[in-house]
Amino acid sequence: MGYGSAPDEPETGAGSDAPERYRPVSERAAAVRPSASTGEHAAPLVEALLRLADDRLVLGHRLSEWCGHAPILEEDIALANIALDLIGQASLLLEHAGQVEGRGRSADALAYFRDAVEFRNLLLAELPNGDFAVTIVRQFLWSAFAVPHLKQLSASADATLAGIAAKGHKEATYHLRHAADWVLKLGDGTVESHARAQRALDELWPYVHEMFRTDDVEAPLVAAGVTIDPSTLQLAWRESVASVCRAATLKVPGDGWKAQGGREGRHTEHLGHLLGEMQILARSHPGAEW
Amino acid sequence: MTPTNAAAPPPPETAEQLAAFEARIAAGEYIEPKDWMPERYRKQLIRMMSQHAHSEIVGMLPEGNWITRAPSLRRKMTLIAKVQDEGGHGHYIYCATETLGVSRDQMVADLLSGKAKYSSIFNYPTLTWADIGVIGWFVDGAAIVNQTVLAKASYGPYARSMIRICKEENFHKRQGYEICAVLASGTEAQRAMVQDAVNRWWWPSLMMFGPGDASSPNSEELLRWKVKRFSNDELRQRFVNLTVPQAQAIDVALPDPELRYDAASGDWHFGQVDWNEFWQVVKGDGPCNRERLAARNKAHDEGAWVRAAAEAYAARRAGAAASAAA
Repeated sequence: MGYGSAPDEPETGAGSDAPERYRPVSERAAAVRPSASTGEHAAPLVEALLRLADDRLVLGHRLSEWCGHAPILEEDIALANIALDLIGQASLLLEHAGQVEGRGRSADALAYFRDAVEFRNLLLAELPNGDFAVTIVRQFLWSAFAVPHLKQLSASADATLAGIAAKGHKEATYHLRHAADWVLKLGDGTVESHARAQRALDELWPYVHEMFRTDDVEAPLVAAGVTIDPSTLQLAWRESVASVCRAATLKVPGDGWKAQGGREGRHTEHLGHLLGEMQILARSHPGAEW
Repeated sequence: MTPTNAAAPPPPETAEQLAAFEARIAAGEYIEPKDWMPERYRKQLIRMMSQHAHSEIVGMLPEGNWITRAPSLRRKMTLIAKVQDEGGHGHYIYCATETLGVSRDQMVADLLSGKAKYSSIFNYPTLTWADIGVIGWFVDGAAIVNQTVLAKASYGPYARSMIRICKEENFHKRQGYEICAVLASGTEAQRAMVQDAVNRWWWPSLMMFGPGDASSPNSEELLRWKVKRFSNDELRQRFVNLTVPQAQAIDVALPDPELRYDAASGDWHFGQVDWNEFWQVVKGDGPCNRERLAARNKAHDEGAWVRAAAEAYAARRAGAAASAAA
C-alpha cells in the first residue's frame, strides 16, 4: 500500500470515550486499526455499505459547509439540497450496515462514534472545499460516477440496498446535471473561471482513480450480484466526463499519481479534522439522546 | 447595477388618488404591483420587505454555524433543511419586493454596505446546540406571530408570500421546540444547556417585535395602510402569552422575575425590555453585527468571479443562439 509496515503500537481510540453499547464488541475493541495494516475487514456487505455510506456522509458534510457562504443565493439553496440528499442516503446505508453487522450499532453510532481509520470513504470526498470551482468539479466527477453506480446497484440482490440505490439514483441524476451545468459555465465563462476550473480539474484528477478500484473484499458480493465491480464503470465515465469537459473547453488531465487508501481507512489529514468537528457534540455527551 | 432608486422623480400625488387608495385599503382590498400607490407606501413596503428578506439571509449564518456539529444525522438533516428553507424565503421575498420596482442587486448592495437593516436577533451568537432549539422555538415563534399578521397585509405579493412562508416557519418552530423538549428531559448537562440558551435568547426575542408603541416611528402610518395590523406591543404580548405555557410544559424557566399571570386581562405580565441594548444592536454594536456583515461581504466578494462566469456564459449562449437564428 506504500504506507510502510504496521505500527508497533496499536492505534487506539475506537470511540474509547463512548458508552459500552457503541463500542466494538470484539476482544480487541481498544485496538481498531485500518484494514490496511491488519488485513482484517468487517463482513463484506458491511464493508461495502460503509464505503457507499461514508462517501455520501463525508461529501454531504463538505457541501453543507457552504450553506450561507455560497457565491449566489441560488447556490446556497442548491448545495444545501444536494448535501441533504447525500446525508439522507448515507443515513439509510449506515442503518442498513448496522443491521447487517448485527452488533446493535445505529446509523448515528456509526457516523459519530467511529474514528477516521474506520471510515471507508474515497479521499476525493474528504478533500477541503477549496473555491467554488473545486467544489463543483469534485461534485461533477463524483456524480458522474455515482449515477451509473446507483443505477446498477438498484438491481442489487440485496433488496434494501436496491431500494436505497433506486431512490439515490434519481437524486444523483439531478446532482450531476447541476454540477455539469456549472462546469460548462465555469469552463466556458471568463478567463478567470476557466483557469480556476482547469486548476480544480488538475488538482482533483489524482483522486478519481480510487473510485474504480476493485479489491478482494467485494469480490464475493460482486459474484452474488449484491454489489458491482466499479472498474466496469470506468470507460463510460471517462467518455462522459471528457464530453462535458470538451464542451466546457477544459482539458482532461493525463493520468499520473493515483491517490488511494480511503477504502482501507488510510485517509488524508483532512478527514480527522472534519470528523473532529462533526463528532464533537455527540462524543462530548456519550449516551445522550438528541 | 440598475440604479432603480435614482429613477425619475414620481409624478405628484393628487388628493383624489390618495383618497381612492385609502378607500380601497379601508374596504379590505389588496393592492397589486400595477396599481397606483403613494410613494410613501411603496417606500415603506420596500423597507419592510427587503429587511425581511435580508433577515432570512443573515439568519442562515447563526444557525448554519451548527450544521457541521449537529449531534445526530436526523438533527443534521433537519437543520440543513431549515437553513435551506430560510434561503428560499429570502429568495421568495426578494422576488416579491422586486414587484415594487427595486432590483435584487440593489437590495443586496444595501445589505452589504450596512445601509439596509435586518432583524437584530441574528446579531447574537449561537454558542451551544441548545441555541438551535431555542431559535426555532422563540425566534421562529416570534416571526410567526409577526408574519401571521403580515399575511393579511394590504400589499398582495407580500401577503401571499407570508402565507406560504408561515407554513414552513410553523414547522421550524415545532422542530425547535422539540429540540428543547428533548434537551430539557435529557442529562443534567443538556438541561443546563437549554436553560442557558433560554436565558440568553428570551429578551432579544421580545425585542424582535420592535420598540414600544410610544417610540415606534413607522407604526402609525403602517397601521392605517394595513401594512401592519397590530401594534408592536400587542404582538409582543401575544408572543409572551403563547410562550409561557410552552416553557412551563417542558419545565424551563424564563429569565424574568416579574413574569406573572394577570387574571383580569388574561395576559402574562412581563418585565421591562432593555431598550438601550436594543438600540445599541440596531445601531451596529451587537455581539455579532460586524461578523455577520463581514461574512455576507466575504461570500459576495469571493463569489464575484462565479457570477461573472455565469453572466459571460449566458451572454455567449444568447449570442450563439441569435447568430444561429439569423
